[in-house]
Amino acid sequence: MKEFIKRAALVVLPPLLVFVIVLVVWHVLAVRLDVPAYVVPPPGRVLEAAGESGSKLVRATLLTGAAALGGLAISVIVGVIVAFAFSQSRIIQRALYPYAIFLQTVPIVAIAPVIVIWVGQDIRSVVLVAHIVSLFPIITNTTHGLTTVDRSLLELFQIHNASRIQVLLRLRFPNAIPDLMTGIKTSSGLSVIGAIVGEFFAGYSESSQGLGFLIQFWSGQLKTAELFAAIFASTLLGLAIFGATSLIGDSITSRWRD
Amino acid sequence: MVFPRGGVRALAPIDLQLNRGEFAALVGPSGCGKSTLLRLVAGLLEPTAGSLSIENRSSGEVRLSNAHTLSFVFQQAALLPWRHVAGNVSVPLELEGISKSERNARVEEMLRLVGLEDFARALPHRLSGGMQMRVSLARALATQPSVLLLDEPFGALDEITRQRLNEELLRLWGNDGFTALFVTHNVYEAAFLSQRVLVMSKRPGQIVADIAVPFEYPRDSSLRSEPEFARLTGDISRALEVASS
Ligand SMILES: Nc1ncnc2c1ncn2[C@@H]1O[C@H](COP(=O)(O)OP(=O)(O)OP(=O)(O)O)[C@@H](O)[C@H]1O
Ligand SMILES: [Mg+2]
Repeated sequence: MKEFIKRAALVVLPPLLVFVIVLVVWHVLAVRLDVPAYVVPPPGRVLEAAGESGSKLVRATLLTGAAALGGLAISVIVGVIVAFAFSQSRIIQRALYPYAIFLQTVPIVAIAPVIVIWVGQDIRSVVLVAHIVSLFPIITNTTHGLTTVDRSLLELFQIHNASRIQVLLRLRFPNAIPDLMTGIKTSSGLSVIGAIVGEFFAGYSESSQGLGFLIQFWSGQLKTAELFAAIFASTLLGLAIFGATSLIGDSITSRWRD
Repeated sequence: MVFPRGGVRALAPIDLQLNRGEFAALVGPSGCGKSTLLRLVAGLLEPTAGSLSIENRSSGEVRLSNAHTLSFVFQQAALLPWRHVAGNVSVPLELEGISKSERNARVEEMLRLVGLEDFARALPHRLSGGMQMRVSLARALATQPSVLLLDEPFGALDEITRQRLNEELLRLWGNDGFTALFVTHNVYEAAFLSQRVLVMSKRPGQIVADIAVPFEYPRDSSLRSEPEFARLTGDISRALEVASS
């Protein structure tokens, strides 16, 4: 446990320090250069706005976070299944890989409105967008782990007459766990971006508003301080999800390392 | 034996018979096809011509039968890094569908035999190279094979550890009486371990010398300093030199 806290501190403290430095510089520049507040509000003003819209921001962050995590979770399940299929058949891999790349290269802002039309103006669309943008790294990393197994280990299993399933579940899958964790780490940030982009279009109803909705709403009203507060909430959310997946991933994969 | 990719002719026709319970060493220049021969015996490769049998059955049949008669020790320890020592030894037993209680008993016994009973719960990367190789040996012998194939298993170890493991391997062989085919580059190791040393020519490999090793078992480290031993390793070295040129 002490070990865990130490590791958590190592992950959190250095970026926090950078953040504080940026705040100070920002404040000094905003005040010295006399920039209008609707262009660049000073940090104090942003903090004030965050305070005023506090409960709104917290609810939005939780909602967006839930959608991002939901999309990420679906990506883990779908990604591992697809990677299993890729590892079992070259033909399947050849047939489907271009479409996996499509996931990576398609501009999500162009796809999101279509998804909202198909799925509806609610959180399901947002989860789906988060899922689409976070799927590719999980597929590729996991496939890599499943297919780069030491030759001697494969021969060991073959000599003892292992079935395909045994090779997959007892050798290839455990071998791919560190790569899966890398994929999840990469995808965690993407899933937050996906959720926010999804919310630009899905918007939710009056009663449930995510960060994407707030960002669009406040930017429309030139409420720049509030907008900055929402941007920070988004960043913190991304950091929190990335940090959590990194910590979990690292502690799981510590035994794989040699 | 010809490999389809690149048409490498790895092995010339080889006529070799090992007696049950025999310990044979196989030496030869690098790339002459020693590993290929071992893979053929293990049934990991199909010969392009000719046949191969273990106790009158093809190695494929042996593998598919319930006799579980063959194990392989690789050049590297080839352990699963995510499983602790006991879990690694248990792998072949799991694959061959042996019940959990019997598995546990056998794993415990094997670890005792290689002197690693205190490391059952350790992860492989915490062990030294010699200890990892012991785990690998324990794993290979856990299924009580009648044939053990070893492909330069101690090649990466320092001399002292290699000698200690040679002695340990002979002790295990004395207990279990499996047939052993041991590939090595090291003529001292070959002479210390085996009853006969097979010398292979360079590619395409064929067996050009079959040298009997007359020393009685049990052998211990003092054998290495006997003049007879020096003479024999000299003979093997010369045969190897001829085979490599
Ligand atoms: N899968 C393969 N496809 C094509 N050629 C191969 C294959 N495996 C081995 N060879 C070739 O067959 C020859 C014999 O290889 P092998 O590994 O059996 O040699 P070796 O005697 O074990 O060598 P070393 O002492 O270096 O381990 C080599 O020239 C090698 O390049
Ligand atoms: Mg070899």
